[in-house]
Amino acid sequence: MSATPEPTIAKVTVRGLTMTYGTQVVMHDLDFEILDKDIFVIMGTSGCGKSTLLRHLIGLLEPAQGAIFYDGENFTATDPAERTAIIRRFGVMYQSGALWSSLTLGENISVPLEESGKIPAKTLRDLVAYKLALVGLAGYEDHYPAQISGGMKKRAGIARAMARDPDLLFLDEPGAGLDPLSSRRLDDLILRLRDSQGTTIVIVTHELASIFNISNRALFLDTASHTQGALGNPCDLRDHSDNPAVRLFLNRGTPPSSPP
Amino acid sequence: MTAAVDPSPPRAVWHQNGDDWMLEVSGNWRRDGPALEVTGTTPDRYPAHYHIDALATYDSTLPAFLLAHIRAVTDVALDKASVPTFDGLPVDLRALLELALAVSEESETRTTPDSSSEIHKLGNLSLEIWTGVRSLVDFIGEAMLSLGRLVTGGASFRGRDFWLTLQECGVEALPIVSLISFLIGVILAFVGNVQLANFGANLFVADLVGIAMVREMSGVMTAIIMSGRTGAAFAANLGSMKANEEIDALRTFGFNPFDFLVLPRLLSLVVMMPLLTIYANIVGILGGMLVGNFVGIPPVLYWTETLAAVSLTTLSLGVIKSVFFGAAIAICGCMQGLLAGNSTAAVGQATTRAVVAAITAVIVLDSAFAVIFTLLDI
Repeated sequence: MSATPEPTIAKVTVRGLTMTYGTQVVMHDLDFEILDKDIFVIMGTSGCGKSTLLRHLIGLLEPAQGAIFYDGENFTATDPAERTAIIRRFGVMYQSGALWSSLTLGENISVPLEESGKIPAKTLRDLVAYKLALVGLAGYEDHYPAQISGGMKKRAGIARAMARDPDLLFLDEPGAGLDPLSSRRLDDLILRLRDSQGTTIVIVTHELASIFNISNRALFLDTASHTQGALGNPCDLRDHSDNPAVRLFLNRGTPPSSPP
Repeated sequence: MTAAVDPSPPRAVWHQNGDDWMLEVSGNWRRDGPALEVTGTTPDRYPAHYHIDALATYDSTLPAFLLAHIRAVTDVALDKASVPTFDGLPVDLRALLELALAVSEESETRTTPDSSSEIHKLGNLSLEIWTGVRSLVDFIGEAMLSLGRLVTGGASFRGRDFWLTLQECGVEALPIVSLISFLIGVILAFVGNVQLANFGANLFVADLVGIAMVREMSGVMTAIIMSGRTGAAFAANLGSMKANEEIDALRTFGFNPFDFLVLPRLLSLVVMMPLLTIYANIVGILGGMLVGNFVGIPPVLYWTETLAAVSLTTLSLGVIKSVFFGAAIAICGCMQGLLAGNSTAAVGQATTRAVVAAITAVIVLDSAFAVIFTLLDI
């Protein structure tokens, strides 16, 4: 796949992506763009390959076919040094937080910061305090991951993902397992991050409330056909998509009026 | 993020205007850029006005700096009613600071008790030792109850687990046990031969190797090998199950984790340790026989001499001890695994503790047996 990206360069361009586990094809021929400052949602039924797609986007898995471009640069075919440079602009929050359990929350954030260059001690301390305050965990610098609740771990995971002021923030199921208020606060945080830091955010989720609240573009992965079911604004898709599976999903299985 | 084209360092300048303070910010605020230059005395109150230079660029270091100042003032402010103003800040910075200052749901901050004083440390240490002893006694008690249930037919575990563990701590341990006991036999024979040859009594090498191996060395060496091999495996296995909430899952399905996890492991080691010890006896004596062959003791003579020296009592002492060693290793491994904390780091700590505890227990038990056997004159 040597398709040259469009002149209006998208933040992320995916061309003809096919994902496999061994011989089993998870999804084939995915084609989509994520634009600058998008809040882009990858949605679909459980087990359809949402997280697998995320792992391809961040380079943990290799595409069986097709390519992924970042700012027009071929991420799939580039050399390892170039690739590392691109990966350094990512921030990733894993499903269960994946905080390093032998480090405190403060250290979890300061370790990636220190790795990227020498920072004066006070600046580092201020940065850690600020990142934790953003996710509502001010004053938790010295707690270990085992000492905090699951929801707090998630938020700490987001603080760590934001540590290096990433260009692109990938969040794997950020709202799952959170109470409605925390989930709402998280949506708020994501919107503000996009608005004030210009971060492009990619979210894997199936929380409908969040999807309609924050996302401006969404990709639906269809389990039946093993390819993308729809791409567009989630509210439009809910009401006007020509794929019945998408309408069903976005209406929680009860399409309001239109028969399939 | 844009590359640093302009190397002008980040600057923060404090201006006093009557009672009001103004903070002027300029330059490139980048965490990997030049160090921050602060001019003027930092006031202990919120600035009434901010002025951000139009050419200033910034990453998170600028909001982090502003937040740190606001926090510092809030902590010492006498007038708690005063609120920070964001006058003059661009919209994006303002939004971020408001978010960071929003009262978090977890407003209660958990405090750990101050443990700096010596009395505190002593108290904590005593409590720790007491809890350690209690949990050991608890554990042994639970294990006994569990054994009781097994005898009366009330305990349930999967037979498959038992056979798997038996294989793991039996057949799979044979290579390392063979190597170590063979070498121990060889070493004993060499050392013994050098000394006994002085008296022209080097035939007694066979007695020395035979009695030493059968009575002490096989059992203790096998126990130490099994502590490192199987005790550690038990602790790591149960520890990660604990961290993963698998033990809780067992409980909620009505399984007793003791019956289900500890019992098969305990039984396997108790069955396998004596067998491994007898095996180690044979291999160790073979090692001695090899050395004997080189120093002029024919194998047949060596064998007869060994048979004459090693009594059934000596053999049984070694084997009886190994049963207790096996139980001690299994208890240490399983206990540390089940008591592990809920994180992956805790699994590593549990494994270390299990191996240390098991080896200590083996040596202490062996000394106790030595005293008892001496008193009983056997």
